[in-house]
Amino acid sequence: MLARLSRWFDRRGWADILIGAPYLWLLIFFLLPFLIVAAMSLGTKTPTAPPISFGGEYPLLNWDSYARVLGDGLYLRAFLTSLANAGLAMVLCLLIGYPMALGLCRVSNGWRNILLMLVILPFWTSFLLRVYAWMGLMGRNSWFNRLLTDSWNLLVPVDWAVKSVPMMNTNFAVVLVMVYTYLPFMILPLYASLERLDPTLDEAAMDLGSRPFQVFRDVTLPQSVPGIVAGGMLVFIPAAGELVIPTLVGDASSPMIGRLISDEFSAARNWPMASAVAVVLLLIMVVPTMIYSHYQAKAEGSK
Amino acid sequence: MAAPAEPFLRIEGVSKRFGSFQAVRDVTLDVAKGEIFSLLGGSGCGKTTLLRMLAGFEEPSAGRIFLDGRDMAGVPPWNRPVHMMFQSYALFPHMTVERNVAYGLKHEPMSRSAKAERVREMLELVQLTPFAARKPHQISGGQRQRVALARALARQPKLLLLDEPLAALDKKLREHTQFELMSIQQRTGVTFIVVTHDQEEAMTLSDRIAVMDKGEVRQVGTPNEVYEFPNNRFVAGFIGSINTFEATVIAREGGALRLAVPAFGAEVLARDVPGVSPGQAVTMALRPEKAGISRTRPETVNAFEGTVKDLAYFGKDSLYRITLPSGTLVQAHAVNARRGAEVADWDDAVWLGFEPESVLVLAE
Repeated sequence: MLARLSRWFDRRGWADILIGAPYLWLLIFFLLPFLIVAAMSLGTKTPTAPPISFGGEYPLLNWDSYARVLGDGLYLRAFLTSLANAGLAMVLCLLIGYPMALGLCRVSNGWRNILLMLVILPFWTSFLLRVYAWMGLMGRNSWFNRLLTDSWNLLVPVDWAVKSVPMMNTNFAVVLVMVYTYLPFMILPLYASLERLDPTLDEAAMDLGSRPFQVFRDVTLPQSVPGIVAGGMLVFIPAAGELVIPTLVGDASSPMIGRLISDEFSAARNWPMASAVAVVLLLIMVVPTMIYSHYQAKAEGSK
Repeated sequence: MAAPAEPFLRIEGVSKRFGSFQAVRDVTLDVAKGEIFSLLGGSGCGKTTLLRMLAGFEEPSAGRIFLDGRDMAGVPPWNRPVHMMFQSYALFPHMTVERNVAYGLKHEPMSRSAKAERVREMLELVQLTPFAARKPHQISGGQRQRVALARALARQPKLLLLDEPLAALDKKLREHTQFELMSIQQRTGVTFIVVTHDQEEAMTLSDRIAVMDKGEVRQVGTPNEVYEFPNNRFVAGFIGSINTFEATVIAREGGALRLAVPAFGAEVLARDVPGVSPGQAVTMALRPEKAGISRTRPETVNAFEGTVKDLAYFGKDSLYRITLPSGTLVQAHAVNARRGAEVADWDDAVWLGFEPESVLVLAE
């Protein structure tokens, strides 16, 4: 027995352990908690500690939370706000990030390192600090807001004049800060996929009569789809569940879904409700991802 | 062969610098319509830069390029009636074979059915009709090469540029493809400019060859001319193998040159060439296959004794290395025309003989 174990170690033991460890990690710290959350979503809220019960005088499986998620306008609106804000942030990140990623591929090596550094640099300061900085900028009395206000008042008729530009506590602020925060997550996968492309293909297309824009449309863009999808998911998924940004700069009257989950868990102590919302959010995220990877695998399989 | 009277492609004093590096230096070439013209040279000789200037990817630093009478200066690649077959083929990986071939036709003012017809014709020309729906990674290297050719020919270019067209193929396929390329060229009548570092490829494929070195054209001629009558040491040495010896011209007599060649310890009679005069130091060059070896004294004026130092047996022929009394080594190639009749063995005493007509005198 011991001899067999030692033989396994000699041959492929370390490889198995190295490959297995992250899966074990995910199993314990992601799949298991998720199953617990899924189970909790079917429990009943009780004035006990913990505030949740299954069976006994309560139903074993209580679907009421799901009924509320799907039936109560509050939740539907929150889902729509989240998806709209995250979708908008994703599209804006793509529009801003794509030219930046393309630029990274086209500059000299020295410049590339500097520019890549600039893309990653914001990660070195605290995320919260950066959000607070934006709050300072957008606030009613900031120099930035006053500058915008003055410019606006100068350019439009007197009737349209404003005291300040309403930026804080709006969806605009949420999207703006999310775009700012998540932009590197779009640029880096896009850069990775664009950087792999063979520049001779551009020359070949040009040689066959395509102008630079047509070359981009016919050759560069279609080949960068995997990068666009990867970057899109890296922005959209965390943005849709974002809690901190909408709490700090968002409009409290139209909460995003992360805010609802947090409120249900802590303030309302309604664990089943919070869990049900979390499960639905996960399904909304996972299903399109799975459909995409299915087609991706099919495309790969034909290779 | 003289330069064509009315050149289809005229390259006039073209130079290209990259910073302090002179990639192409004052190249002047005329290419006739329908020719297969090769640019032959080692890596870094400027042949690819010249090709890229023809395609429009680089602008000449000096000089001009005329195609069919039109000055190509400032014409971007997408407006040139010139297409290129890239060394890596550069097929679009996300498009099928058919869409690759059709790509150039996008920009043509043709009806949809005319385009489809043209694509069908092209696929037939390169015998790829059954593979139309495949992606480039689903076909073999040789097939990919043919897709690249069909794609470049689909728009009926005036000039087709081929960058090392056979380099990526294995030896067997290369020979076959060579003849296929030639037959396609004959059927389409398109002028081919081929860039290659492979002299054999250039010799079999081309009507004419320009041998390049360090950005300059060293000689232009038919394969036969550049092989049999190289006009400088570089061309003589680059194409095929050759023995070279220091020599001095003694006299010109009866349509031949008398040379003093210290390596042979004697005089050698050589074919007369213009531009040399008695007393001039020259290089005497001799192709190994033109140096015959025999047991007995051959019936030629140029006959010398030596011993076999080395011999390499290739099957159909053998390469001998003969040491002359002066210690100089001479390579001689002998065809093994009869079984068991190999002329000599290691350390045998042999005679080396060659006709004056076979001796090259290079003034440079």
